[in-house]
Amino acid sequence: MKRDDIIEYSLYNHHSEEEGVKKRKEIYKVTIILAVITTVEVAMGMILGKALFLDNQSAWDMIKIAYIGLTVVKAAYIVMVFMHLGEERKSIRWVILAPYFFFLLYLMFFLLVEAGADVAI
Amino acid sequence: MAGEATQQLTSKELWGGKISPFGISYGKMMMWFFLISDALTFTGFLGSLAFMRVHFADVWPITENIFYHFPFFHHTELPLLYVAFMTFILIISSVTMVLAVEAGHRMDKAGVTKWLFLTVVGGAIFLGSQAWEWSTFIQGSEHGAYDLGDGTMGRILNVEGAFEYEGETYEGTVIQLRDRSIASAELTAELKSTGQIVKGANLHENEYGLPLYADFFFFITGFHGTHVLSGVLINFLILLRVRKGEFEKTGHYEMVEKVGLYWHFIDLVWVFVFTFFYLV
Repeated sequence: MKRDDIIEYSLYNHHSEEEGVKKRKEIYKVTIILAVITTVEVAMGMILGKALFLDNQSAWDMIKIAYIGLTVVKAAYIVMVFMHLGEERKSIRWVILAPYFFFLLYLMFFLLVEAGADVAI
Repeated sequence: MAGEATQQLTSKELWGGKISPFGISYGKMMMWFFLISDALTFTGFLGSLAFMRVHFADVWPITENIFYHFPFFHHTELPLLYVAFMTFILIISSVTMVLAVEAGHRMDKAGVTKWLFLTVVGGAIFLGSQAWEWSTFIQGSEHGAYDLGDGTMGRILNVEGAFEYEGETYEGTVIQLRDRSIASAELTAELKSTGQIVKGANLHENEYGLPLYADFFFFITGFHGTHVLSGVLINFLILLRVRKGEFEKTGHYEMVEKVGLYWHFIDLVWVFVFTFFYLV
C-alpha cells in the first residue's frame, strides 16, 4: 500500500540547464576560495613554523588565531554552499547550528580553562 | 532551491500540520541530525586533544619536525606538504560531490555517474595517503631518537665528517632537540654511551615526544579515516544504484544529496583535524 501523505520535497529542488550553469559557476568560485585559503594556511605552516616562535608567545598566539579564523571561514563556506544549508529555510538552519555552537563554545571554554589550571592530572 | 513551491507559505500554514515546517524530507533531516551528533563526537576528541596539548604545552612535539616525508622524495624534508596534498584531495572530492548533486538536480544521470565516480576515486586516494602517513609515522625517522628524560626526545641525525655548531665540533652523529637546536657535545657523549634509543611510534612508545601524542594521532586520524572508508563504500553503493537507473524512476536524486552531506561532513572534520593537529 503506497502512502499518500508524504510530500516528496526533493521533487521541487530540480533546476533547469541555465540555472545549472549559474550554480556550477558559484561552486567553482567557492572551490577557488577554499583552495586559496588552504594554500595560505600551508604556506604559513611551512614558513612560520612553530619552532621559530618558541620564545615569542604573543606572535605565535596571533598565528594560531589566524589559523583558526581561516579554518572557520573554510567551514562556513563548506556548510553553507556545499552542504546547501544556506539555501534551506531559516528554521532548520537554526535547529542545526545553534545547539552545536552552544555545546562547542562551552566545551572549549571549560577544557581550555581546566587545561591551564595548576592541578596535576 | 529548497522547496521553492513552499517558500511563500505563511507561518500558520507552515506550522499548521500535514507538511514539514522545515521544508525538507525526513531522510535529509535525519542525516543532518546524525551529522550533528557525529560532529559533537569529533568535537569531544579534538577538545580532549586541546586539553592535553595545553596541559603539556612545553613538551608537545612540533609537527613540522615529524611530518616532513613525501612519497618518492627520500632524504628531503618537506614539512607538512603531504598533509596539505591530502587536504586538497579531500576538498576536490567534496567539489566533485557537490557537482554530482547539482547534476542530480537536472536529472542528468551521466553527469551524476561521472562526478560520483570521481568522488569515490578522490576518497580512495585520501585513504591510501593516510595509510602511507601512518606507516611512515610508525616506522619513525632514519636513526630514531634518544629519550632525554624531561618529556622530550632528541632526534639522531647523521653527519658526514666533522660538524661545527656554536664553537663545538661533532663527529658522526648530532642530536636535534625540540626547538631544532643541537645538543651540547657533553650531552651528546653522555647519550651515546647510556641513552635509550626509541625508534618509531606506536601505542607504547613514541620517538617524537610523549606517547600521548602518538595515541591522539592514531585515534583521531584513525576515527576520521574510518569515516572516510565508510563514506567511500557508501558512495560506491549509491553509484551502483545510480547506474542501475533507480533514481531516474523515482524522479529525484535525493539519495545522492544525502550521502553528499555525509561526504562534506567528512571533509569538514578533516579541515579541523588538519588545523588543530598539524598546524596549531
